[in-house]
Amino acid sequence: MAEESPLVLVHRPPTMKYMDEPLTRYYRILTTHASSDPLPLFLSRHASSVRAVVSIGRFKIDAGFLSRLPSLQLIVCTSVGTDHVDLPECNRRGIAVTNAGGAYSEDVADYAVGLLISFLRRIPAADRYVRSGTWAKCGEFQLGIKLSGKRVGILGLGSIGSLIAKRLEPFGCIISYNSTCQKQSIPYLYYPDVVSLAANNDVIVLCCALNDQTRHIVNREVMESLGKNGVIINVGRGGLIDEKEMVKCLVEGVIGGAGLDAFEKEPGVPVELFGLDNVVLSPHCAIATPGSFDNVVELALANLKAFFSNQPLISRVRLN
Amino acid sequence: SMESIGVLMMCPMSSYLENELQKRFNLIRFWNFQEKSVFLETHRNSIGAVVGNASTGADAELINDLPKLEIISSFSVGIDKIDLGKCKEKGIRVTNTPDVLTEDVADVAISLILTLLRRLCECDRYVRSGKWKYGDFQLTTKFSGKSVGILGLGRIGTAIAKRAEAFSCPVSYYSRRVKPDLGYKYYPTVVELAQNSDILVVACPLTDETRHIVNRNVMDALGAKGVLINIGRGPHVDEQELVNALTEGRLGGAALDVFEQEPHVPEELFGLQNVVLLPHVGSGTVETENAMADLVVANLEAHFAGESLLTPVV
Repeated sequence: MAEESPLVLVHRPPTMKYMDEPLTRYYRILTTHASSDPLPLFLSRHASSVRAVVSIGRFKIDAGFLSRLPSLQLIVCTSVGTDHVDLPECNRRGIAVTNAGGAYSEDVADYAVGLLISFLRRIPAADRYVRSGTWAKCGEFQLGIKLSGKRVGILGLGSIGSLIAKRLEPFGCIISYNSTCQKQSIPYLYYPDVVSLAANNDVIVLCCALNDQTRHIVNREVMESLGKNGVIINVGRGGLIDEKEMVKCLVEGVIGGAGLDAFEKEPGVPVELFGLDNVVLSPHCAIATPGSFDNVVELALANLKAFFSNQPLISRVRLN
Repeated sequence: SMESIGVLMMCPMSSYLENELQKRFNLIRFWNFQEKSVFLETHRNSIGAVVGNASTGADAELINDLPKLEIISSFSVGIDKIDLGKCKEKGIRVTNTPDVLTEDVADVAISLILTLLRRLCECDRYVRSGKWKYGDFQLTTKFSGKSVGILGLGRIGTAIAKRAEAFSCPVSYYSRRVKPDLGYKYYPTVVELAQNSDILVVACPLTDETRHIVNRNVMDALGAKGVLINIGRGPHVDEQELVNALTEGRLGGAALDVFEQEPHVPEELFGLQNVVLLPHVGSGTVETENAMADLVVANLEAHFAGESLLTPVV
């Protein structure tokens, strides 16, 4: 007699469908948006036996949600960030959480480098200068800033941060970092806190997790420390930066500029940024290549398979 | 004394360079004259040096017009706008500005690749226009791991190769001579290089042999999934063919810092999503332009002091 395949709850926005077909190869799926019932009612009615949830996009998984899933033992996130999940509550309940691991790391690292060079060399403005016909009329475009020799401080030297460092080395950048783990084997200079990282670098690249310790870690003091020629590149979460203060610092010239792929209230972006030419803006798409999505599908399935066969999870997140 | 030596600057290129030349020589600005004949009447016998750049050099006619010309010092590494044959014939020295701009140009080459593949300009426009509120931006193309083919493995080509390697890109090349020490795969023709590359980067000097080296055959070999990056000279690429290949979808995309008739760019390109267009900014940073200017000045001073040139071409 064939065993019924396990039931997996998929908590996702209606538009993000890429996991559905791969999941249905091995599991029965239940999607939270499919019903017209309010979410708590839907969960109570249909999800009491669910042992695994796949979390796509950044829909919150809070204590209330978790309380409707008494059998839950695993949350598989397709994002790297897990700040949308109540991790302490998962810890209390004994629910394991996995994330995207290194599935996106190359694409995000590539994008961070792209944001940095395109900021320094004014690429979007230069492209506009040509397309608008201004080059033909007005002559030479303004000069940019040399990348070689710049001191780049990486906040969060994990999978993504390490790949950013590796990419920037042949450009002649001098790499340093601040991270929760300082290792002897890391060949870059370590700074014990963000203020000293900012003080000693021309660029800071944010690629650490967002949690209670790192919320608004880039605040006014850090930005003043970075200084009027300093550049912030954010490929982490918008919440890493005190966004209101950052806008002021950009407008007032407290910092030199920024390349930003994330914002505090996406897709909302402070309108003051739209008129600035010392920012490069991006709609949170550092991960968004087909290859990255293929990778995360593979990883999510591998985590689920490990779970349902009592094997160690592949990309487990620490909950405390 | 050097102050009496006439140095003819062909066009505005750097106010720092102008000031440095003005301090040391009798600087004459070619663009201040409405007519060449007026300039020649007054100055033809006092010009000992010409300073040109990527857009304006010294052709045979100008060289013949300046009987006292001893040296042409170019504010660029490419010297395709200087009639080298005529210079050799007349014993006129030529210098350029290699090395000091290598990193900046290589940085722009990689930036062109990332900007094109990851659609950075469109991303920026997408946010600024408010469109993000209505939906996510499209998926873009991964750079890491793509095969990069470099046309011309000189200083700049090698610097591009080193950067591409850090993105785990397999690097191959076409060059006049095989360079086995560098460890990259060599292809004996540009078409084969293009066939075997996702990204083709033009980084060789412009000569009679390399004019239109990227022709229709090369673009077809690169194909609908391939992209062309040009940080060399506009005439390396058959620009009309390029426009056709892009508008017909035979070529995946192009990111260009140079064009055949700068600053004029084929308007058919302005509306395309799969192009990046830059106004010849390869060496365009304050630091590099100052270093280039210092090198131009140092070459001229060395020459008129009877010392060895720093970066001679001829």
